[in-house]
Amino acid sequence: MKPEESATTGADLLVKALIDEEVEVVFGYPGGAVLPIYDSLFKQNRLRHILVRHEQAAVHAAEGYARSTGKVGVVLVTSGPGATNAVTGLTDALMDSVPIVCLTGQVPTHLIGNDAFQEADTTGITRPCTKHNYLVKAVGDLARVVHEAFYVARSGRPGPVVIDLPKDVLMNKHDYVAPKKPVQHKSYRPQVKPDPKKVEEAIELIAGAKRPIFYAGGGIVNAGPKASKLLTQFVHMTGYPITNTLMGLGTFPASDKQFLGMLGMHGTYEANLAMYHCDVMINIGARFDDRITGKLTEFSPKSKKIHVDIDPSSINKNVRVDLAVVGDAGHVLEEMIRVWKARQPKVDHKALKAWWAEIDKWRERNCLAYKQDKETIKPQYALERLYHHIKDRDHYITTEVGQHQMWAAQFLKFEQPNRWMTSGGLGTMGYGFPSAMGVQIAHPDALVIDVAGEASIMMNIQELSTVAQYRLPVKIFILNNQYMGMVRQWQELLHGGRYSESYMESLPDFVKLAEAFGAVGLRCHEPDKLDDTIQQMIAIKKPVVVDVLVDKTENCFPMIPSGAAHYDMLLGPDDRAAKPVSEEGMVLV
Amino acid sequence: MIASSHTISVLVDNEPGILARVVGLFSGRGYNIESLTVAETDAKENLSRITIVTAGTPMVIEQIKAQLDRLVPVHKVRDLTVEGPHIERELALVKVKSSGDKRVEALRLADVFRAKVIDAKMDSFVFEVTGNSDKVQTFIGLMEGLGLVDVGRTGIVAMSRGGDAL
Repeated sequence: MKPEESATTGADLLVKALIDEEVEVVFGYPGGAVLPIYDSLFKQNRLRHILVRHEQAAVHAAEGYARSTGKVGVVLVTSGPGATNAVTGLTDALMDSVPIVCLTGQVPTHLIGNDAFQEADTTGITRPCTKHNYLVKAVGDLARVVHEAFYVARSGRPGPVVIDLPKDVLMNKHDYVAPKKPVQHKSYRPQVKPDPKKVEEAIELIAGAKRPIFYAGGGIVNAGPKASKLLTQFVHMTGYPITNTLMGLGTFPASDKQFLGMLGMHGTYEANLAMYHCDVMINIGARFDDRITGKLTEFSPKSKKIHVDIDPSSINKNVRVDLAVVGDAGHVLEEMIRVWKARQPKVDHKALKAWWAEIDKWRERNCLAYKQDKETIKPQYALERLYHHIKDRDHYITTEVGQHQMWAAQFLKFEQPNRWMTSGGLGTMGYGFPSAMGVQIAHPDALVIDVAGEASIMMNIQELSTVAQYRLPVKIFILNNQYMGMVRQWQELLHGGRYSESYMESLPDFVKLAEAFGAVGLRCHEPDKLDDTIQQMIAIKKPVVVDVLVDKTENCFPMIPSGAAHYDMLLGPDDRAAKPVSEEGMVLV
Repeated sequence: MIASSHTISVLVDNEPGILARVVGLFSGRGYNIESLTVAETDAKENLSRITIVTAGTPMVIEQIKAQLDRLVPVHKVRDLTVEGPHIERELALVKVKSSGDKRVEALRLADVFRAKVIDAKMDSFVFEVTGNSDKVQTFIGLMEGLGLVDVGRTGIVAMSRGGDAL
């Protein structure tokens, strides 16, 4: 057979490869360099394309899709500005370990390096913000690269992978060869199964603990829903307390009495103090981020630390640990449970009881308390009411970045993984709304809510057009305090109340804005009408923008000021004068 | 913790961008590169060997190795400094322009250092000197007083002693 007769174009071949990878949805935006791909998409009906209004939103939508399903999110953008606009999303996915394959158009190979129209050095620009990237120079490599890219994106610690596709490669012809399964990569083979000896050692340490704490993060979400079940089982078997990172919320049921809430800069008093005073810390799938540790020299100084992570470079990066177990969180937990059952270790119940008594004393501080009056809605109250109305429904939450995000993490309760999509590592304002679109595409009948601030939502507000086009009933729940709240809070606490550029002047009328895009707009500023508004929002089977006017000066507490230790927590507004932030802390973000 | 120098061998796929990936990793994470050499070493398997000399505290060195190992096209990372005895070699081309006694002295020292003359004109030499970095540096230092005008160095290549391969 001559190649010309049987062969397909690079673009058709790409679509075939995506279908073989069981891709269902592609989030994208067309342009000159990717026209052959759009032509191939037009001629088939297996792949669904969602047309976003900005390439950054395409990546965030794919992230929402990926985080809520565990599948790889797929993005398709054109060369030059298409690719550069995707960079924020790619960096976000890298920081939060989200599996993404991003296809970028490129000028034809003979023009590369000539400053051609819409040319950018995409592999150069995206090298530091992807797990890996490829420039496909010959159509014969295309299918192999696509399958390899999916393998790399989803294996080990997941992350974004870019495939840069010159236009001539998309138009040249070649035979398609379906991938061999499973893919045997020649160099990238992450360690999934743990060293059994390390697990034995870990169990020994865990069983001998007197003041233990589990500290579980996003690695458990990435290890699949089974890992969360195993975590819950193991934590119950031990009877030990557990705290979650921002990314790990939902991996252990929030309503469980062993759960201490989130830890870190805006974590609970009990979680942070338990971390400080513990004697054995069991970190599973978290990375000792600076939002968690605070001042490193004062971070849990008396504990033996166990760190379970699939990425060896996370181990001993910020905090030196006593025992490292490299492997997938699910596999490690399975082994831990097996060894624990086999050994039936004798836990020091007396010590554990005393430890819980101490924790309960910290809990009594009721660190998330706030005062709701009859006049203005407190943001915390808005979220408590929101949770009350959604808790018995099939719901997913995304957030933007700032105070509202931290309040959402504190006041919404997550009982399962994959239900909470937020930008943790990069802290990308504008993440939540497009992410919610991706979640809604994956779960058409679920209630998907983007908890937003009025500043963040403006960063990807153009996507109202996308939700209108695809009739996505996403709810945008804006806690509107007319400030970039977290910026304002830091200016109040650290910069003498000089609110430099943090006031949101000339905000749009969000109700009219929603209506202009064919969505429904609601507004609420009275505490006693809040329940009605929320119920209305839920009842409307269309996209809804809810503008909740909240207290403009409310701050997010507890707070560990940057550079401070876990015991140096600000619990409320009256706490602030007593503890000036150190100079060292001022330079930190 | 005291920073110390480590020689690290990295076996990588010889593909476009691999050097940029490695160098970008070092600049992006604020690590030092004291010396870097790279060339294809296995044409059949399409592999290159990168030798990096870097300095850092033990924690930083451990990070550098883990970060290198995490790059998708990296096959192997070996810290020769901690994994037992190894040998290091560097080659330099050293151009000296002088006449009279200085010219004679340069030639005599070259002989002591077993440097080869690979180009000669009536008023200049180019020497090729091979050895560990100290030796190369010492030779260059001596030539400074004898009309040194140009130096080119390869950077360090290194290998473990004994029969084990990378």
